[in-house]
Amino acid sequence: MIANFGFGVLLITFFVALYSVFAAIYGERRQLPSMVESARRAMLLTWPLLTLASLVLIYLLVNNHYEVQFVYEVTSRSMPMYLKITAWWGGQAGSLLFWSWLMAAFTSLVTLRKWDRDREFLPWVIVVACATMAFFIGMNVFFENPFAQLYQTFQGVSAYTLKPADGILFTPEDGRGLNPLLRHPGMIIHPPMLYLGFVAYVIPYAFAMAALITGRTDDRWIRLTRRWSLWAWLFLSFGLVLGGRWAYDVLGWGGYWGWDPVEIAAFMPWLTGTAFLHSVMIQEKRGMLKHWNMLLIILTYALVIFGTFLTRSGVLSSVHSFAQSAIGPLFFAFIGFTLITSVALIIYRWSSLKSETEMTSVLSREALFLFNNLLFMSILVVCFWGVIFPLISELFTGQKVTVGPPFYERATSPLFGGLMLLMGIAPLSAWGHSTVKTLGRALWKPAIAALLITVVLFFTYTQRVGALIGFFLVAFVILVTIYEYWRGAYARQRSQGENVLTAFWNLTGRNRRRYGGYIIHISMMLMAIGILGIEMFQMETQGTLQQGQTISLGNYELTYREVAQWDDLPSGVNYRRAVLDVHEDGEYLGQLAPRIDYYYDSQQNMTIPGQRSTMRDDLYVLLVDWEPVGASGATFKIYINPLVNWLWLGSFLFLAGVVIAAWPEKEAERVPVKARVRVPQKQTSAAD
Amino acid sequence: MNKPRRLQITNYRAASHWGKLLLALLTAFAFIFPIQTALAQGPTPTDDEVNRIAKQLYCPVCESTPLDVCPTEACRQWRDLIRTMLAEGKSEEEIQQYFVAQYGARVLAEPPNRLATYLVPAVAILLGAFLLFRGFQMWMKPVTADEDETEQTAKPAQDPYVARLEEELKKQK
Repeated sequence: MIANFGFGVLLITFFVALYSVFAAIYGERRQLPSMVESARRAMLLTWPLLTLASLVLIYLLVNNHYEVQFVYEVTSRSMPMYLKITAWWGGQAGSLLFWSWLMAAFTSLVTLRKWDRDREFLPWVIVVACATMAFFIGMNVFFENPFAQLYQTFQGVSAYTLKPADGILFTPEDGRGLNPLLRHPGMIIHPPMLYLGFVAYVIPYAFAMAALITGRTDDRWIRLTRRWSLWAWLFLSFGLVLGGRWAYDVLGWGGYWGWDPVEIAAFMPWLTGTAFLHSVMIQEKRGMLKHWNMLLIILTYALVIFGTFLTRSGVLSSVHSFAQSAIGPLFFAFIGFTLITSVALIIYRWSSLKSETEMTSVLSREALFLFNNLLFMSILVVCFWGVIFPLISELFTGQKVTVGPPFYERATSPLFGGLMLLMGIAPLSAWGHSTVKTLGRALWKPAIAALLITVVLFFTYTQRVGALIGFFLVAFVILVTIYEYWRGAYARQRSQGENVLTAFWNLTGRNRRRYGGYIIHISMMLMAIGILGIEMFQMETQGTLQQGQTISLGNYELTYREVAQWDDLPSGVNYRRAVLDVHEDGEYLGQLAPRIDYYYDSQQNMTIPGQRSTMRDDLYVLLVDWEPVGASGATFKIYINPLVNWLWLGSFLFLAGVVIAAWPEKEAERVPVKARVRVPQKQTSAAD
Repeated sequence: MNKPRRLQITNYRAASHWGKLLLALLTAFAFIFPIQTALAQGPTPTDDEVNRIAKQLYCPVCESTPLDVCPTEACRQWRDLIRTMLAEGKSEEEIQQYFVAQYGARVLAEPPNRLATYLVPAVAILLGAFLLFRGFQMWMKPVTADEDETEQTAKPAQDPYVARLEEELKKQK
């Protein structure tokens, strides 16, 4: 009954979203402001409606309504409350609903802003946002209904949206339970972050389309959505990092990133989104590359949908499962439709998107940003090709192949290196014009310092060329950025008579975007240290030990002490936990306890590592196997992951950087009108 | 009576000669193919030796999980199989070939036809670079006429921020 109510709410929301689309178009065509306003209100209504539907689903999840197929598939009686709630996005149907709900929240926020100066955009933003939303709600309503219930009929038990004539409601005793991999606190925050990033990119896309349709193709749409795309980027980036952390803690393969197609699906919109973030600045400063920015945001949107589609349709495992999945072809059609329409619109507005100025130097900031875009696009090409190659191979040769990490690592590492180099050079090059001379003057000091650091590393840490190049680039970028920061603060300190700290603080405060960006660059380099560490210097060994025996790896010695096994009946888990003493060069460091958790309801094992983490390296121990008879021997897999902690440290700094860059500025809305006259007198606000 | 004895002795000597040659040949072989002999007679391969090969293989069921870290029972059996084959003296290529023959090319971490895998992205990237290059050529053209002028007037800092910064710094010096 209550499930039917939930479905009813979904159905109504679907029609409300559709109404919103058509009312907006009609109102705009006929110049009826009241009609557009009605569309806007309908759009505002979708969020409360979807919240209601979601609450119904949560109610069903929490109260063990196993007659509902979705609840049966993702929860079980033994699961704790927080996991029952997060099971909302633990399966296909629920995660699509979650997507729509977040999307509705974002579009509502957008519609609530002041539209006085941008009236003409409103109807088209509504059309794009609501069409996207209607598509996703439609998925739920017609194909993946989270409220479908199990009915016993003559053909057996299956799920129906409406009660079949001869059916009797069927309530299983217990549910199948959430996939144990998803029973991790990281699950509370990782998917929402990623999805927030995904849906937030719909907003800049909607504005871009509105700009194309209305013909108001100046950089207004970019200024309006700048903060939105920054937040979107933040969520997406953080979702990716959290996913990595979660994999590191739970998946038990000693790493955080396996170039899995699902990971790449989330990484691809990040690549175009990051390129977009940089190239919009060229349009804002120089009025160039308008076509390209449009194309980038369209691509980002398409990749967001494509990413959801890849992870949701099962197309990746095989082309055959694509045909079986009901939603696969629809997603495909939707992506195709939006891509064709968007590109057609660009072509239609081609001449009004012409550049206002010309490129004057290959070393100017805008030129370097273009190289940056080229590299991001190249990484995208590699990723995209790697993801679809198995499908192409199967289609054309019938041969199934795997495209694994070696391909991606080999193909992307020079590209990432190039990006790092640009990150070092670009902040010091000027808009409009730069020469080798001016750049060289600004760069030689940090370059020499970075070289010195590399030489020191060569004698103290590693002789591997790849790693040394990597470390040189890291040092170079960090030093350039700090140098640039310091010069700004120094100037301020002298001219305003501020002390160092106040100067830094005010500098950042007055130029949030620039200095937030610098902090993000430094944070990326800290992450790069972690990535270089684990990619280049990871060590591993595996061995079977008897109690009291020792295995050594690097400087570490691990002695197997004991193993215990017990049932945790209320949560339906069997734990097997081994204890090892850890010594480093003879010094006792403590104990590590790797585990294997066996989940009875889903009959799956989870390998939980024992970790000891320092800034120098992580000692990461997995219990691979053990012999219950006598319980004396156990097999351990041990990794040393050097420097990986820098990755997580970098991600915190990254968060700070984006928040600084995206923080609303008080006079932000006034700047174009008032400040234009005053700027020359002010020292810093001219930059941003 | 004597004759046969002598003959026997000669025979013995000849035999020992052949024996020495054989021994020398064997030793030579042992030096030429040290790994194979060691594996054929050596103890059971260590986990690390097994994992080194398993790392590069993927079972058809557990997607995107390399064989060395896959926790499923099927993958454990595959690892045992690798161990047995190593103990039998099979080389890394032979073991890979065996799995490819049994389960298809998808067990390898990379498609066997490398050229096809790398060619398309490489061409696409080069195309992108070429387009960018053409773009630069196109953009820079109108400027070349009065380049000298720009060279002189547009000092490093058209960017007002950098200009201000340089000015400030100069003032302080």
